[in-house]
Order: sequence, then structure tokens, then C-alpha cells
Amino acid sequence: MAKLLIDKDTCTGCESCIPACPFGALSMKEGIAVVDEKCNFCGACVDVCPVSAITLEKEEKAVTIDTGAYKDVWVFIEHEHGKVASVSFELLGEGRKLADVLGCKLCGMIFGEKVDDFIKEAVAYGAERVYVTESPVLKQYRADPYACAAVNLIRKYKPEIVLFGATTQGRDFAGTVATTLEVGLTADCTGLDIDPETKYLRQTRPAFGGNIMATILDYPNYRPQMSTVRPKVFPMPPRDDSRKGEVIRESLPMKEEQVRTKVLEFIKGTETVNLVDAEIIVSGGRGLGNAENFKVIRELAEVLGAAVGASRATVDAGWISYEHQVGQTGRTVRPKIYIACGISGAIQHQAGMRTSDIIVAINKDPEAPIFKITTYGIVGDLFTVVPMLKEEFKKRLGR
Amino acid sequence: MKIAVCIKQVPDTTDVKINPETNTLIREGVQSITNPFDEFAVEEALLTKEKYGGEVHVITMGPPQAIEVLKNALAVGADKVYLVSDRAFAGADTLATAYTLAKTIEMVGGVDLVICGKQAIDGDTAQVGPGIATRLGIPQLTYVSKVKEIDLANKKIVVERMLEDGREVVQSTLPALITVVKDINEPRLPSLLGIKKAAKAQIPTLTAKDIPVDENRIGLKGSPTWVMKVFSPEARGGGEILKGELTEVVPLLVKKLMDSKFIK
Repeated sequence: MAKLLIDKDTCTGCESCIPACPFGALSMKEGIAVVDEKCNFCGACVDVCPVSAITLEKEEKAVTIDTGAYKDVWVFIEHEHGKVASVSFELLGEGRKLADVLGCKLCGMIFGEKVDDFIKEAVAYGAERVYVTESPVLKQYRADPYACAAVNLIRKYKPEIVLFGATTQGRDFAGTVATTLEVGLTADCTGLDIDPETKYLRQTRPAFGGNIMATILDYPNYRPQMSTVRPKVFPMPPRDDSRKGEVIRESLPMKEEQVRTKVLEFIKGTETVNLVDAEIIVSGGRGLGNAENFKVIRELAEVLGAAVGASRATVDAGWISYEHQVGQTGRTVRPKIYIACGISGAIQHQAGMRTSDIIVAINKDPEAPIFKITTYGIVGDLFTVVPMLKEEFKKRLGR
Repeated sequence: MKIAVCIKQVPDTTDVKINPETNTLIREGVQSITNPFDEFAVEEALLTKEKYGGEVHVITMGPPQAIEVLKNALAVGADKVYLVSDRAFAGADTLATAYTLAKTIEMVGGVDLVICGKQAIDGDTAQVGPGIATRLGIPQLTYVSKVKEIDLANKKIVVERMLEDGREVVQSTLPALITVVKDINEPRLPSLLGIKKAAKAQIPTLTAKDIPVDENRIGLKGSPTWVMKVFSPEARGGGEILKGELTEVVPLLVKKLMDSKFIK
């Protein structure tokens, strides 16, 4: 077991380590630092201690598997309602870079009933080889048969890295696959690269609502290294339909009778643009005052072809449905442009939108925390400013 | 009907502030709370019990002080609570955590439905729910916004799942595991009597010796992943406040946004 050791004689009681601990595991006792059960052995305190009083003892694990047997970077090609999720293409773009550094192949993994079109697309976006399992049982995503197909392929062909989109489907699916294989899975990554020395995958992800970042590695006894990656973090790679790729097919070792779930119905949302896919989001907050006033937000959103977002306060007040909520207990979004109208910008709201490329805020209160993270801000009454914006965009866009 | 709920104690990030000079988290005065999504999980278990009868068993894994979240669960009406706490469990990633919780649920025995929150607000992984289901060998229904029907006689459950672009109605066999989103219910507040009862309750601690676990699959030892480093994200400084008459400022903002080429 790992141990965090604090040398009592060296510790000066300077307290530098206390705020550095992301888990709140350090405190002062009789003038020296002490560690409690919350310690996660991340070593953040080791680096900040000015007198090197803290050491982390980690048990070295003997490598018992043949890591060399694991090759290639795989990307799960997710599709729903006949369309491939764009995050899958973004991952092929990023996967290409990882495969180039490792000197291996970039491969796609596709499941479904009839997936020929998806195979072509995966190849066009960079997959050199595509592993495919087709079966009527795989027509719609369900964890049971999809995980069965993936585990079957991964055990047989031994990829070194497998990437999934951190979507509803990807997060449901990857957790099952990783647990079945008993390997690591790093959620919601926003950065991936290869350690130049060890050639291991370094996975960087936000935690604590985006207040800290952590870089996570897999011990070499666990392969493949698997991550889910947030949509819209990596750019779409160029599409080239002249590319050729190899296709490897395996059958599904599961029958419909063995699947424990059945999809009865899909009820499509009423919004034309959904929050997660939106390039532009116009969001309303408490400043709107009532449900009716969301029409101000909707009108601007319509002109821009944007999705409508909302703060927690408006959802809790019943002004708009939960699907629209952005933030810690709602959805995490990453549009190109996020326009916050009448939203003060509590840290929980920021957790859901702070990585948007451009943030615009319109708020009466110049002290509103939202202005601390905005690209452009206007201090003013949203009921005056938002309609003016709408008219100006209409004019510029000729709509 | 026997229901198990897994909950987690997390820092109340409302209070987490960043020291602008060192760019580190200031943790002083940060309260610990029940993970918000887990409150919906506990409430759904109580609602299910009220409708179909049965017992609600609430489990948490964490340091000794995590007992507080169990007291809250008792105060709102949980029948039995378990604190899974041992130095040997420390440093567990999602694989080891899911394993330990699954083993605890097996020990509770005869569970028809496991309920978890969609994700915890500190780690944000959403991996422990599917991990527990896989370890238990039961189906998982994640992102559930409504439990439509439970048919105990035929061992079936029908739920609505919240997806990116709509809702999916799914039927599953029981026992099953569901993870819930905020839309599913409104958690009740504890009664005064409930709070008094919870304060007096003796809560047992289950250690690695009490649960039939394989010691190679728990804690740091059973975790495939490790944190190489933690750091503060690049600070996103406040940008430009456009000042002046709105008749000038609004066209200026529109021009800046049009120049970004993101508007098509």
C-alpha cells in the first residue's frame, strides 16, 4: 500500500501543502502537517513543500502482462438514428496523432445492423482499419450486446488504446467494457498525449467542476488504456473519400434472448438544436423574471440557429424544462459562442460552460461573477440589449 | 422490494474558491455535502418503497466523516445504512470503487434495484454506476429521468432515459441498476423526528475484513489508473467590457462575433 510520509523534524509548519491538496486531506496539528484518510496519493503536496518534508512511497507493481502484445489506437465510432456522432471523427483526428507518435495503426470499431456507410466515413476521416460486428441485435445501442461485441474484439485483437466519445452512449458503454476487461478508464478527457519516455497515454481531464485539472496514467499491467473524451475539444480532421481501409469482421457472440433490455420508444426532443451539439447557445437566467420572458432568449437563438440554455434557478422555478439546464447538475456544454443573458454565473453554472470558445455576458450587475470569465461583456438591461442584438444580427445576416 | 442506494460525500463546490495568486483551491471552510445527484437517488428509493413496499439500504464508501451523509439518509427515511471505510480502500479509482460497492451490495443480499446518482460532482466520471452493474452482472439503465413502471411479479422495470436529443423508453429485467438525473424527483427535507433518530443511530463501519473482497481488487492496489499530477486550469481572465451607448456597443459586439466566423 502506498504511504504519504511527512517528516516531523523537517516540517516547518508553513502550511503551503494545505491548499495544494485537492482532496482536503492535509491539516495542521501541533504546528506540523498531518495527513488523513482522504489522501489519494496524488503527490500534489510533495511538489509544493519548500523543505521537501513530504515523500510519497508507492509500491512498485511488477509488470506481469506482455504490454508489447497490445498495439494500435482504436476509436469507437458511435452512431444514433443513422448518423455518426461528430465526436467520433474528432477522435479519429486526435487518434491519428497518437498513432503517429506510437508508430502504429489507427483503427475504428463499429457495431450495428448495417454499417457500410459508417465504415466508409470512418475511413474517410482517417481509420486505416475498421473492426466491425454486424447483427440485428446491435441495431440500437444497448449496453449488453455492444459491450459483448467490444470485449470480444478487444480480447482478440489487443489494442493499446481505445477512445470513446464522452456522450451519454459513450459513457454508458465504456464503463461496462472497462469493468468487464478489468482495465482503467479515464472519464471526460480534454487532453491526450503520449509520454515520450514510457510511451504511455497521458490523459488530462478536469475535476471539481473544472476547478482543477488532473493528468492520469494507467499502470502497465492494465491494457488497453481507455478514455472517454469530451465532444468538441478536438477539431474535425479533414475528410478524404479517396482513402482506402481494411475491414475486419467478427460475429456477435450473443443472441437477442440474452439481452436483458429492450428499447420500447424514442421520444424526440422538441428543440430543433440540442445543447450538446450546438455551436452557439443563448442562455437565460434569473434576470428574466418569469417563464414568459424566455421568448426574448428564444428569438435571439432562432436568428442565430442557436440552442436555448438556462441557469439552474430558472429550471428550479419551473420557467423552462430540465433539458435546457447548463451547469453542474445539468449539462456540460462547449459551444463556439455562449451568450449568457441575466445569468450571474455561480461557480456551478461556470462548471458547465467555462470552456466555451467565446463567452458573452449581458447583465445589469457589473459585479456579477460571470464577467470574470467573459470574452465580451455588456453591463445593461437584458430586455433592452437582447432585442437590439437580435435586430442587429438579423440585419447583418439578412434574415 | 429491496433497494440499495450508493451515495458519496463530496465537497460543496459552491464554497470552493481559487486563490488568484497561487491559483490553487482554497479549501478552508468548504463544507462536505451529499453529492446532489445522490439525493435524487435516495428520494427515488424512498418513493419506490412507498409505492411498492420494501426496504431502503444506503451505502457510502469514504473516510469516517462520510458518516454524515448516512445520517442525512436516515433522517429522510432510509431503513439501514452502511459506512464502508478502511485505509485499505483509500486511493481507489472507479474500477476499485465499483468493485468494493458491488461486493457490499452482494453482502446486503437479495437486492432488486440499485440506485445511484448520474455522477458525483467532484470526480464527474459517471463510471461507478455502470461499473457496479457490470460487477453484479445485472443490467444498467443510466441517465434515468423517470421510472415508469415496476412489475415485481414479472421482475421488470420500465424507465425513461434522458439522451442528448430526446428521451428513450427502455424496459429491463430486475434486478437492475439505475442512475438518475435531477429531473426525476424533488428530494424531501428531513423531519425533526428523523433528524433526532438519525443523530442517535449507531452506524456500523464495514472494513475490508467485513466484506468478502479480494485485496488485490481494492484501494490503490486494485486501481488501474493513477494521478500523475494535478494542476490549476489556465485561468480564464475577464475579457473586455464593452462600454458606451448601447447604439454603439451592440453593433460593435455583433461585429466582433461575426468576425469570429462562428456564426453561419
